[in-house]
Order: sequence, then C-alpha cells, then structure tokens
Amino acid sequence: MYAKDGEKYFIVDSHMHYWNAAPDNWVPGAEQYAKGWIECFHAYQGLGPKETHWPIEKFQKYSEDDLMKDVFEDGYVDVAVFQPTYLKEWYKEGFNTTERNAALGDKHPGMFVANTRFDPRDGDLGLEELRRNVERYGSKGVKLYTAEWNNGSRGYKLSDPAAYRYLATAQELGIKNIHVHKGPTIWPLDKDAFDVSDVDHAATDFPELNFIVEHVGLPRIEDFCFMATQEPNVYAGLSVVIGGLMHARPKFFAKVMGELLFWVGEDKMTFGSDYGIWEPRWQVEGFVDWDYPSDEFSDFPRVTTATKKKILGLNAAKLYDIKVPAEFQLPAEAGTPAAKDDAALVSGT
Amino acid sequence: MTLLPTVEGAAWAALETVRDPELDEPITTLGFVGSCTVSAGGQATVRLRLPTYFCAPNFAYLMVADAYDAVIKVDGVRAAQVILADHFASDQINAGVAAQAGFVASFDGEAVAELGDLRAQFLRKAVMAGTDQVCRPLVDAGATPAELSALTLGDVPSSPELGRLRQRRAELGLPARDDAPLLIHPETGERVATESIPLHLRRARVTRAGIEANTSICSGMFTFRYQESS
Repeated sequence: MYAKDGEKYFIVDSHMHYWNAAPDNWVPGAEQYAKGWIECFHAYQGLGPKETHWPIEKFQKYSEDDLMKDVFEDGYVDVAVFQPTYLKEWYKEGFNTTERNAALGDKHPGMFVANTRFDPRDGDLGLEELRRNVERYGSKGVKLYTAEWNNGSRGYKLSDPAAYRYLATAQELGIKNIHVHKGPTIWPLDKDAFDVSDVDHAATDFPELNFIVEHVGLPRIEDFCFMATQEPNVYAGLSVVIGGLMHARPKFFAKVMGELLFWVGEDKMTFGSDYGIWEPRWQVEGFVDWDYPSDEFSDFPRVTTATKKKILGLNAAKLYDIKVPAEFQLPAEAGTPAAKDDAALVSGT
Repeated sequence: MTLLPTVEGAAWAALETVRDPELDEPITTLGFVGSCTVSAGGQATVRLRLPTYFCAPNFAYLMVADAYDAVIKVDGVRAAQVILADHFASDQINAGVAAQAGFVASFDGEAVAELGDLRAQFLRKAVMAGTDQVCRPLVDAGATPAELSALTLGDVPSSPELGRLRQRRAELGLPARDDAPLLIHPETGERVATESIPLHLRRARVTRAGIEANTSICSGMFTFRYQESS
C-alpha cells in the first residue's frame, strides 16, 4: 500500500522474480551464457537511480530477506506475481523456477501469486509438467519466454501449432493470463525475433485468455500498440518501461506513456517492477508523482489519480481475482475505458 | 605528414555510413566502434561492441558485414577484418563475415534467408519515424490533412531531418525527388489519402517514439557496460 496526498494506492507488482544466477548454478560448458545473461540484466539495473544499484554479487543471488524487504517492506507492494524463467540450458536448477518461487511464497500466504510457465517444444512431458504445476501451485498465469534456447532451438512463436496445443491445454486447466516476453532469438534467425504478430494471432484465436505483453513489446512498441488496439484481450505490461525509462530518460518515458495511454488505454496497462532488476520503491513513488513534463504532450490522454491506481494495482488485481479492500477502490465512474473509436480507426486500415 | 592517419581517417569516415538497422543511427555515434586501425601494409582492423551480450544476432551480423563492406572500399585498405567482441554469437558472425559466407551459411540450419527483407522492414520504420520528424513542426504550425496531402518533398523547407527522410526513402526505392508526395505509404510508395493522414501521422509518431525509447535503453546499457566498468 502506498499513500500520498490523501490518496491510497493498492500495489500489485505483476512482474517480478526470485532468481539464482550465481556461479554455483551455472551449467558447465554454458558459463558464458549464464554470465552474459545476468550481466545484461545488471546493465538494465544501471538505468535506475544510482543509489538503488547493487554489486554484481548480490545481483546474481539475492536472499529471501532482501526480496521481502525490498518488495513488501520498503517497496509498498501488496501482492507480487512471480514470473518464472527457466533457462535450464544455462542454469542448473533453472534461473527462476515455479518451485523456487513457490517455496518462498509458501512462507508468506496471501502475498504472492505463483505463476508457472511452459515451453511448447517440450512435447507431452511439458504438458504433464504444466498440469502438475497448475494443480500443485494453483497457477492462474504463465510466463512465456519465446527466445529460450531449448535443445538446439533458439526460440518459438505463439502461433506455432505446438504453442496452440499448450495454450488450449492451459485454458482447460484454468489458466487465464499469458505473460509474453520476447527476446533476441527465434527460429529462423533471419526473422525479427521481437515481432509480436504471433501474439496477435493467438489473442484472436484464444479470446478467453488475456495476453499481457511484458515490456510492452520493447523494442517493438509501435507494433505492439497497433496490435493491442485491435485485440481486446491484449494488455501492456509496464516492466522495463517504468524501470528503464522513467528515471534514465524522462522525456522518452513521457512519450511512451502517452502512446500507450492513447493506443492501449489505462484499463489495460499493468505495473511490474521486474525485481530484482529494479526495486519497486522508487518506481511506485516516481510514478505516483509523475505527469507529462510539458505542453508538448497536450494531445495525449490525461493522467489522473485513477489512471495511476489502475496501473499500479487495480488492473492486475482484476486479472488475478485479487481482493482489493474498499478503501483502495475507485468510485464507480472513474476513468475512461480504452478508446474504442481508435480501435475502429486502426482496424479499418 | 604521414599516409597512415589519412587512411585510418578515411576508414572511420566509411564507418560513419554504417547504421544500426534498428536504431537508424551510425554505429560511430552510438559508440559501437571500439577501435579502427589500418597497418602500414593496408590491413584494417575494426573492433565492434554492442550494448549487451545478447543483442539480436541478425542485426549484429548486418552491422559487422556492413562495416566490412564500408572499410574494404577505402583507398589504401587492402584487407579488412571486423571483430565483434563480447557477444554470444561473436565466433559465428566474425567467421561468417570474414569468409563472406552470408547469414544463412554462417548460422547453418538456423536461418533460411539472407537479411535483405529484415533490413527493408526496419528502413520502412525509419521512414515512418522520419515522417514524424518532418511533419510534426508542420502540424504544430497548423497544417491540415488536406494541406499536408498536397505537399511534395520539394515544398518542405530543407532540414537535416528532411535529408535523412529522402535518403531512407531512396534506399528503399521509394519516390524521393522534389516532386514526390511528402506523405507516402512506406510499403507501396503510394500517396497517403487525405482521410488517412491523421492515423498515418499517429503511426509515424509512435514509430518514432519506439525507436527513440530503444535508442535510450540501448545507449544507457552500453554506457553501463563499457564505461562504468572500466
């Protein structure tokens, strides 16, 4: 919970991690990838305020106590959503697994949502694992990293037949939310790995599922925006947008927020700190204080207290059926729905 | 006066023509050229470095290959080697470019086509972003869609942004001369109809915002990777 100027904000951190990327977890022979991955993440942390930077040793493997303090005690978060990323070709026990997350979550009932993941290239065994994880951890969401390396393959698309089989099974099992994270590789490598058109296809063909595109499709914000305007079940996950731009590049942060509010709308944008990349505290404080910096932005949608309450928690609470106490709720008429006229305009071209 | 610095200077100048295809900026201004030397015998050695170990391999390949093509053409350069450092696919990319093997052969079994389509796809984004750069001041000054629709490239006051837009259009084989319409569809080259102009400009604006945001993040990470640690 965060309170400022008489307003109370219910905070759902819809995209965060509990990883082990220390050398004790590196796969022999793949050390360079394990090291390269975590150093790349560490460089992202460099885009946050200097006083929040960690030394690489802590960044590789932070403790349970660090997480509980940074996210809940200091970070204002009410409920945090674990988003696992396995990367077992590089990390022996996985980078950030459903099991590792759940073991921490079990100690703190009600504070975490334990998402799981799947990889459509894992065949029948992967489907069984998905089934077991949903039963055991009650997962309502999955995190998909399409650039994961798997047995010689550098990635997959959500529109692949195998991915559709997994999405259909996930839906049967009661999964509602598909968090999609694109990365630098895919098959074939000559295509743009960050392309989001496969999400467009899947969102059309699975209208009962919500597709939260993490990092708002970065580095393909424009493609994501066109797609999200046309698909009612596509959401913008703001991890990296707030963490990577709000402090380091405030002018571009304002432009990106303006575009997202215009194309996607404040009802379909969700805050995620991407912890341990960035601590939530400065992100929550900064976002509540944030507004467009100048008149240059006058033709973008306005940002209200209601906008911020939705983005920081209420939208994600709806996606995950998290009970929000009445004191944090908006009055019934607050805010505006995503602009339907704009959607019609785009789909007509 | 010595010959060597001149050839080296010319090699640097050649590298200024090489762009990051995603960010649409020269690799020299982005800081991606770590070093460029030319030996007395005319052997050029260029070291490239990128914001992360996991930058997309297709774009990385294009930059290494383009750097080779630019430097080998310089008078006084007899042979060139371009080395991409600190990248997960350094070995494949460096060997592939050195052998002039092409992308498909360099990534055996992992790629099905060369990178021309990918490059063109990002040039079209650069055209959209450039459209916003050129048109935003006109819109701010009150130009209506009907007025914008009637404008040709020759009608717009000359500026670095206009020059850049023309160059990107020309690279794609799109109309780029004075009599060409200012607003065209980057896929077809056809004039944008007046009623489609508001949406076209919205798309141009978000495309520019996307590229600018990427550039911000990439340059921030590059700085963290190569300057804070050294």
